[in-house]
Amino acid sequence: MKNLPTFFERREIVTPGDMLAEGEYVAGENTYKEDKKIYASRIGLVEYGDRNISVVALRAFYIPRIGDTVIGTITEMGFSGWTVDINSPYLALLRASDVLNRPFRPQRDELSTVLNVGDLVIAKIVAYDRAHDPQLTVGEPGLGRITRGQIMKVTPTKIPRIIGRKGSMISMIKQETDCHITLGHNGVILITGKKLEDEQLAVMAIQKIEEESHISGLTDRITQMIKEEKTKKRKRRKVKNESKIQETN
Amino acid sequence: MSQKSKKLIDKKGLRLDGRKPDQLRPTKIEVGILANADGSAYIQQGKNKILAAVYGPREAHPKHLSLPDRARLKCRYHMAPFSVQERKSPAPSRREKELSKVIRESLEPSIFLEYYPRTSIDIFIEVLQADGGTRCASITAASLALADAGIPMRGLVAACAAGKIDDTIVLDLMDTEDKKGGADVPVALMSNLNAITLLQMDGILSFKEFEKAVNLALKGCMKIYALQTEALKAKYMNVKEAAEE
Repeated sequence: MKNLPTFFERREIVTPGDMLAEGEYVAGENTYKEDKKIYASRIGLVEYGDRNISVVALRAFYIPRIGDTVIGTITEMGFSGWTVDINSPYLALLRASDVLNRPFRPQRDELSTVLNVGDLVIAKIVAYDRAHDPQLTVGEPGLGRITRGQIMKVTPTKIPRIIGRKGSMISMIKQETDCHITLGHNGVILITGKKLEDEQLAVMAIQKIEEESHISGLTDRITQMIKEEKTKKRKRRKVKNESKIQETN
Repeated sequence: MSQKSKKLIDKKGLRLDGRKPDQLRPTKIEVGILANADGSAYIQQGKNKILAAVYGPREAHPKHLSLPDRARLKCRYHMAPFSVQERKSPAPSRREKELSKVIRESLEPSIFLEYYPRTSIDIFIEVLQADGGTRCASITAASLALADAGIPMRGLVAACAAGKIDDTIVLDLMDTEDKKGGADVPVALMSNLNAITLLQMDGILSFKEFEKAVNLALKGCMKIYALQTEALKAKYMNVKEAAEE
């Protein structure tokens, strides 16, 4: 690293407008440059690279990117497609011909039989730019209407933390809770398990990640929490069973 | 007149509430206190109690008002009927409409509106109790609510007023000082870029007095800015402490 002044320690909390560094740095995510000075533009944790300076935001909203998987709610049925709320400032469009996988025939096809208002879908963003609303597709394996499970929302910037390094966090949660988890890049998460209890445990773990993602030692704390919760439940079940036995006696 | 206004500062040089001329009212700020808004903040400055909530960026309604090249910033400053001694009609008054515009324009330069074309960012400011200097306190709170909503900003905007009472330039006027005093100069500052985003004057000041008042108000803004960053960080520090226990 060049010996140019930086004003914070790595992973320190910064607020919008804090001057992070001065000199020939490149302004990364959630920062901006003015007069060779780099400032934070969001509240978050500062990261100093060799040249690049960025802030990992603690609060942000989802801005669509081509290729992202998102989970959305159908909010409106149009003439030849649906409008989907993808937890973003922009509403997404899903075309009927994409869902039907053939040209849409207005006289024969009834859209409400395929997807209705209020339905949830897993979809992928295929087109988006400044001037146009994002467009979705469901024509890939793993995409389409959601039929069961729990939905929860987190700040979209926390999704990488929930995934963990090389997927360590998410695979741990999946394994420990025995749930299938789909992470939408827009901060919406689908959890499907065999039992309601499992799903609730996964929800709790993810909530904890969201609240404490800026504190180190996260994976260990989450593992510990899940184990504690499991033993608690086992004890509760034991007590229940014992009381049942007493009743029958 | 001179007898009446003499009362605002006593022989020891202290004001009606015991403050020194360059002293702020006791100020308390909290961030993220409303669950249903995207971002929120609450400020207590002396007897002022003000809530600010931010929604967005979101779809602009009505659609024809959206801008093709940037987000539209909407702001509503509103005083609760019980916020003042005499009941205030809840309908927006001429003064409230003006303040909404003034507050919006003082926050506009701090936000990267061009990042989110065709959307709208909505600020709602609710004055629960008013005691002078509400526009400044509102700007302070609204700027924090914007940061809490995760909206990219050039910096936080802190605001503070200075004015003249009994021929003395003082900081952070309260209601009686504002009404009986000689002048009021509200200033909003984006301190990291050293940019003034609001500067108004109500009353009569000489050029020298005006300069002194602006400089005093800027000092006040810096103090408020320190409280702002502290409040914003506090929201996340609390969690940190709880987890480390």
